[in-house]
Amino acid sequence: MARLYEYQGKAILARYGIKIPRGKVIDTRNELVDLLGEIGLPVVLKGQLWITGRKEKGAIRFADTQGEAEAALSDLLQMTIGKFRIEKVLVEERIDVERECFAGIVIDDEKKSPVLIFSPEGGSGVEAKGGVSRVIDPLKGLARYEVVELIKSAGITGRSLTSLSGLIHKLYSIMREYDARAIEVNPIALTKRGDAIALDCHITIDDYAVYRHPDLGIEVAREFDRPPTELERIAYKVEAKDYRGTFYFFQIVDQIPADGRHIGFHGAGGGGSMFSMDALVKEGYQIANFCDTSGNPPASKVYRAAKIILSQPNIAGYFASGSGVASQEQIQSARGLVKAFLEEGLEIPAVIRLGGNMEEEAIRILKESLSGIPAEVEGYGKDDPPEFCAQRLKALIRPGLFHKIRPFSLPEPFPYGFETFSGILSINHDLCRNCDHKGCIESCRYGILKLEDGVPVLALDPELVKKGRCIECLACEQFCHFKGKKAIRIILPIPGLSEYRERLIDGNTD
Amino acid sequence: MAILIDQKKKVLIQGITGREGRARTRLMLDYGTKVIGGVTPGHGGEEVFGLPVYDTVKEAVEAHGTIDVSVLFVPGPFVRDAAIEAIENGIKLLVIIPDRVPIHDTLTIVALARRKGASFIGPNTLGVISPHRAVLGMIGGRIETAREWFRPGDIGVISRSGGMTTSLSYYLTRAGLGQSTAVHIGGDAVVGETIPEIALRFEADPQTRLMVIFGEIGTTQEENLAQAIRAGKITKPIVAYIGGRGAKAGTRFSHAGAIIEGGRGGYESKVAALRSAGVHVAQTITELVETARRIHGMEVGNNQG
Ligand code: SF4
Ligand code: SF4
Repeated sequence: MARLYEYQGKAILARYGIKIPRGKVIDTRNELVDLLGEIGLPVVLKGQLWITGRKEKGAIRFADTQGEAEAALSDLLQMTIGKFRIEKVLVEERIDVERECFAGIVIDDEKKSPVLIFSPEGGSGVEAKGGVSRVIDPLKGLARYEVVELIKSAGITGRSLTSLSGLIHKLYSIMREYDARAIEVNPIALTKRGDAIALDCHITIDDYAVYRHPDLGIEVAREFDRPPTELERIAYKVEAKDYRGTFYFFQIVDQIPADGRHIGFHGAGGGGSMFSMDALVKEGYQIANFCDTSGNPPASKVYRAAKIILSQPNIAGYFASGSGVASQEQIQSARGLVKAFLEEGLEIPAVIRLGGNMEEEAIRILKESLSGIPAEVEGYGKDDPPEFCAQRLKALIRPGLFHKIRPFSLPEPFPYGFETFSGILSINHDLCRNCDHKGCIESCRYGILKLEDGVPVLALDPELVKKGRCIECLACEQFCHFKGKKAIRIILPIPGLSEYRERLIDGNTD
Repeated sequence: MAILIDQKKKVLIQGITGREGRARTRLMLDYGTKVIGGVTPGHGGEEVFGLPVYDTVKEAVEAHGTIDVSVLFVPGPFVRDAAIEAIENGIKLLVIIPDRVPIHDTLTIVALARRKGASFIGPNTLGVISPHRAVLGMIGGRIETAREWFRPGDIGVISRSGGMTTSLSYYLTRAGLGQSTAVHIGGDAVVGETIPEIALRFEADPQTRLMVIFGEIGTTQEENLAQAIRAGKITKPIVAYIGGRGAKAGTRFSHAGAIIEGGRGGYESKVAALRSAGVHVAQTITELVETARRIHGMEVGNNQG
């Protein structure tokens, strides 16, 4: 959600002394009445949405009387465009426009520079009639005279030259201060008196710099063409608190039909994910969601990703595939998937392509651990291309078999336990007393557990373990599950997921 | 020959004392990269694997003379300053490993590098490898896998995806095609060296006979490559795969650069541009490797005959 709404963008412009119409963002009739008392009539009412072409879609209304304004407001507040309801309406005085222009600054990947674009006739982009542009040197900044030169070359003269260049000059300062990817004012109104007023404003903030701007209140720092869905918010919270590797998730299909064509996708690495999805598409499938866990994530993160993917009802299969020759430890992915699939009692088929570092062990873990669940799960390595794996999934998918959502509630921890980076590792020592091998201790490659009075306990300083010494690889839990007494429970919360699933089960998500 | 890196170039590691810096320095040393030392402010005088650590790049340059390459492992928010420091101290090639570098920081580094005649790979790159000579960054993972997956040869590999740099090289190796150099240019929307710029380096490299490219939706790099070919600046044969056929506009696919914006950078237009310039665009990775093998065979045949 690195886009700002029009009203947020305009507030920033105003802080820089750029003229905007008088007005306010509101969502009730009372506020409207108060506002009309302040700014008078006529007014324009603008539904706050990220989409372009709001006018054609009816999200912008004009009103000459209070009655019209009230009707328009109540209309807009009930309006849904695409999937998104208008929640706020910006009400502004009508401006007498003599002429409209466009100005924007975008980052041009080819020139590797910010580029200022101006078009004297309105209409966005350099392609617009009479449009001119100028590359900005980030080391020098943008000088006012450069703006004057540029817009004069597009035919602007007189008082407009002063007012417009003043406005446009400030846009680059705003871009830099807010780390914007793009800033556009379309249109800029020139009044009869030659004033320049920003009638609309689009600002996108660089995802990677959102941390520098907590004041913007950006909730999910990702470029979506729509607000994030609830499931995406849940996923984003997992990522925001856990810097170990990347986890990126978004939904492509929101209401998945039970048609056997939709696949839950779990990739690793941007490029590998992309060509893995391409392979699925080639087999005639639709990707329900995009997901990428890469950059050496621990098993706990892969587990959470899988749980989130499996919160989508009606997917007909699960496809995990990355570049195929990954340098990250593939056993982490295998263990994360195993925990999730066991918990879910997965029924739909899954094809898991885990090529790269430690792939043989990863495939073995999948095979050995998942033989007891209803689903057919196949594991492949770097020598099996994604096209082949996609065909395997096709062969396994059963008509009429779709993923069903189960309630998700965190199990109670066992009496003994300690905190890990993102959860709790708990042990039932009563069960351990009857365990003759105590193999969990050996199964941990990181020396977290030791034997004391015949039971496994924490071997290190709890603070260190919580900071990440226990990497949450889940090896001890799975070892004990299959070879011990099922005495270890690693509890990995996913805030919001259980409520989300409950609502899905009750059938009332919007 | 190879491009960007070989066993003779002197390499500095900025952020050498951090977790990543340390681990990857080990890989680079073991693989044969001539790492001469590292920089971490506040850690001057320490040693990492017997290499000296300096507080500043300036001190490193004073101690070792001209340094050819600096590899950056500092966290994203600190990249800008570290890169400026390296460039101001005369280092001509930077490899910027970290991700999450704010785009305006990258733009600043671009502008300074232009002024000083320097260039950089990244940000958000796994690095560069010239098989059995030297590696920069973390490409290859561990020393054993780096040796197994990459083999010397005459294919130049360029990829916008880190994982695919490795995968492609591995599949080529398996098909008997070694690599001159494999470059992961980085996944961000703005990168130091783009596909056409690396292709020009391969064009000038006598060892490279054929280029294999993994492109993606988003940005104009593939279109610009096509233009460079049509302008006659690049004449060596190229085989390419473009990822993201199934993507829809406006949504980013985990690489910041892989987003279709304002109608530019879509799959169809890239494929059309490349094909019209004579690039072989494959539909699957298997086909990509097959095509590379076929064309390589013809090239070698031509040159011998
Ligand atoms: S393997 Fe399981 S049952 Fe045995 S000691 Fe360890 S935790 Fe207890
Ligand atoms: S205690 Fe050891 S084996 Fe268990 S999750 Fe932590 S690191 Fe892994």
